[in-house]
Amino acid sequence: MAKITMTVNGRQVSGTCDDRTLLVHFIRENLGLTGTHVGCETSQCGACVIHMDGLSVKSCSILAVQAAGSSITTIEGLAKDGELHPVQAAFKAHHGLQCGFCTPGMVMTAVDMIARHGSNLDEATVRAELEGNICRCTGYHNIVKAILAAAGEMGGVRQAAE
Amino acid sequence: MGVEGIGARVARKEDKRFLTGKGRYTDDMSVPGMKYAVFVRSPHAHAKIKSIDATAAKAMPGVIDVLDGKQLTADGIGNLICGWMIHSKDGSPMRMGAWRPLADETVRYVGDAVAVVVADSVNEARDAAEAVIVDYDPLPVVTDPVKALADGQPQLHPEAPNNMIFDWELGDAAATDAAIAAAAHVTEVKILNNRLSPNAMEPRAALGIYDSGDDHYTCYTTSQNPHLARLVMSAFYNVAPENKLRVIAPDVGGGFGSKIYIYPEEIVCLWASKRTGVPVKWTCDRTEAFLTDAHGRDHVSTVKMAFDSANKITALKVDTIANLGAYMSLFSSCVPTYLYATLLSGQYDIPAIHANVRTVYTNTAPVDAYRGAGRPEATYLLERTMETAARELGLSPAELRRINFIRSFPHQTPVIMNYDAGDYEASLNAAMAAADWDGFAARKEEAERRGMKRGIGMSCYIEACGLAPSSAVGSLGAGVGLWESAEVRVNAVGTIEVMTGSHSHGQGHETTFAQLVADRFGVPIDSVNIVHGDTDKVQMGMGTYGSRSGAVGMSAVAKALDKVEAKAKKIAAHLMEADESDIVIENGELKVAGTDKSVPWFQMALAAYTAHNLPAGMEPGLKEGAFYDPSNFTFPAGCYICEVEVDPDTGQTEIIQFVAADDFGNIINPMIVEGQVHGGLAQGIGQALLEGVHYDPENGQLLTASYMDYAMPRADDLPSFKVSTSNTPCPNNPLGVKGCGEAGAIGSPPALINAITDAIGNNALTMPATPEKVWAAAHAAN
Repeated sequence: MAKITMTVNGRQVSGTCDDRTLLVHFIRENLGLTGTHVGCETSQCGACVIHMDGLSVKSCSILAVQAAGSSITTIEGLAKDGELHPVQAAFKAHHGLQCGFCTPGMVMTAVDMIARHGSNLDEATVRAELEGNICRCTGYHNIVKAILAAAGEMGGVRQAAE
Repeated sequence: MGVEGIGARVARKEDKRFLTGKGRYTDDMSVPGMKYAVFVRSPHAHAKIKSIDATAAKAMPGVIDVLDGKQLTADGIGNLICGWMIHSKDGSPMRMGAWRPLADETVRYVGDAVAVVVADSVNEARDAAEAVIVDYDPLPVVTDPVKALADGQPQLHPEAPNNMIFDWELGDAAATDAAIAAAAHVTEVKILNNRLSPNAMEPRAALGIYDSGDDHYTCYTTSQNPHLARLVMSAFYNVAPENKLRVIAPDVGGGFGSKIYIYPEEIVCLWASKRTGVPVKWTCDRTEAFLTDAHGRDHVSTVKMAFDSANKITALKVDTIANLGAYMSLFSSCVPTYLYATLLSGQYDIPAIHANVRTVYTNTAPVDAYRGAGRPEATYLLERTMETAARELGLSPAELRRINFIRSFPHQTPVIMNYDAGDYEASLNAAMAAADWDGFAARKEEAERRGMKRGIGMSCYIEACGLAPSSAVGSLGAGVGLWESAEVRVNAVGTIEVMTGSHSHGQGHETTFAQLVADRFGVPIDSVNIVHGDTDKVQMGMGTYGSRSGAVGMSAVAKALDKVEAKAKKIAAHLMEADESDIVIENGELKVAGTDKSVPWFQMALAAYTAHNLPAGMEPGLKEGAFYDPSNFTFPAGCYICEVEVDPDTGQTEIIQFVAADDFGNIINPMIVEGQVHGGLAQGIGQALLEGVHYDPENGQLLTASYMDYAMPRADDLPSFKVSTSNTPCPNNPLGVKGCGEAGAIGSPPALINAITDAIGNNALTMPATPEKVWAAAHAAN
């Protein structure tokens, strides 16, 4: 058993788990943050994507002990002061989700994608970058639309700030 | 329509919780004292169980108990059943073999559950499951449905000689044969429909909670129809009587048919909870899902389509062998029969049709309804045959279809269905215009200059949604009625709760059902809550599948709203001393038409509950229920066009454009309808290009048991879609709606294969059209 401490959604948390416990299970079972989902066990579906020290990571692909000391953001930590993050808002506005199961991973991937590409994203890039996230409901059509819209809006905001 | 009423593009009420991680799926549920189940599954596709030794496993850390099939049988838990009786053409009933929730004598497919370990943690349960020693005596295996019917093959169930479950027919064989003999042209095709894995992104899960104080069970489960789960677990599996069993299907992460059925695992979790005295949760992993979720499709068919000298279809003859896997799943028998052969007339006026269907046991996972269920198989067969015929007859695919379209309604087909409304040419024209069909030749020429092979293909589909009426499906063998229930509760402050027997697992009912209420009473959708998925809250319902929630579920809500409206008007008329017939409801007010008198909606509701001033003899309160049984199926139809480019060097297919023109009747929320079409198209394109379940024919091992091996459609496999709708309202339900959940998956596979075969100039191509197959077919053509 290992005792680990990390920062999750801005709060320091500690827990004890098996050495073999995956980060996703630590987040779900120990911390009770069930927004991060498990859709496969081969790191293919992307339902478990979180941000770790600023990088998007499939939380089923690393051990909880490897994340000790890191700073994690999960889907629960994205909205601030009750306001949806622009990516969350765009998914809602453009009907980028149906059953909601892949959605947390999709949103976390999209936030990271927009952070790296800014408003320069185009459809082909978004589709290529979504390679690691599987959705069975939407046919991706509205997810792509939502990410492009959010990228445009966030890029616009950034430009205005500059 | 108001801003939130029928026809409005309203953003979904349920989205906030899904977007902020607050969705509550079965695996998210946690109760005090909860333990974890892991199943011991057969590694053999066919074997006798000689013995099970759990001594070592029981001694491992954290293990509460290990339970097996003998204990389950001793406790009187019943066999899993198929709930739709089909009779063979000789009058004999289908030959259903026994399916034990935990196999106690024989295993019949890889993944068949033989025991369950309950432990403090999943890891400990998994370790212990590996330590359970099962002594198997392997038996010979058959996975191919055609081979399984032959003499001398391994036999799965003693009840079904030669593994045949039934040999069923529909239509007039003599008339069909005579028309084929007299035909000017006969097109003959062999059609394979590939086996698919549904792959809802949320794996199945169950949490069984037994309360010994009240002798009561609660089951959280990933179900599309919790009431049916309760009924079947109570009436057939002897888990508990209905009043002692609560089934809750909370947020469910997609279904596509695979979560209609009651599987062994939820039965075992409930039973194990009583045996061990602790709540027991099981969550499927993805490989288990590939092994044990009911698969879809898997048909082998031969087709003869006869034409007269004017290119009118005179007859259609179909012979189909359908693989049902190792056991008969809950609705497996109706999929290749009443959901398949009844749609073989398509959009065409065909005087004579005969279909023969044989269903077969094999050492593979059970096969049941998957998005479309029978209708994609019928559409693929018919639209590939039409395309082939057009090529043989030297006609354009559109022209051959136009010659044969049904143009007057109602239309009685020779295979049971009575089409109520439609305009097939309108969809065809809309799709051809959207795809710029006329400009294709120039685009093909331009592609050729780049060394690419460009092709275009179409598909004109029809489907039947909202199976009904109950008396009719009962006469065809259904073990249940297919009505829906609703209850509308107006609270004393005027807010509204709607209890529905439909179940939303991505379809957005919390929004669309609320739009119905907003449309009727002019109240904001935020004041309306849709309650579903809990047998303690909703009395009874039949759940969501077969695109039935709009046509049947919402019609039940509309019927209950009629009753609420009538009573509300009586109360308002009494309060304003007006005539009931003069009351109109607009913008959240009940008004006396032609006057300035009005009562706000909430004030009427309050009056109903204070009961200080109600019409003489009226009961207090405002709550009405309705059961709605439709008088007919609904018949959505449309035309899909796909344009592709094939790289002749690699066989890689790129979808250049995909156009869908659908007629869904009236539409409640266009945004949600479009989303349903997008998702259906992706699944249909997945079937045509990428997906396929494969078993090793020698030993029955599943070769496609993870996302590393089973090709799911990803964002870069798909284009953005061009979708549009036309509207011939359904005359048989109060809302004029038809259903849109399955159309995309039904209509798209033949459009894509017709396009690829057009591009490569070789009609011999099977799904999935992988680069290897397309390359080989393209080169065989040259």
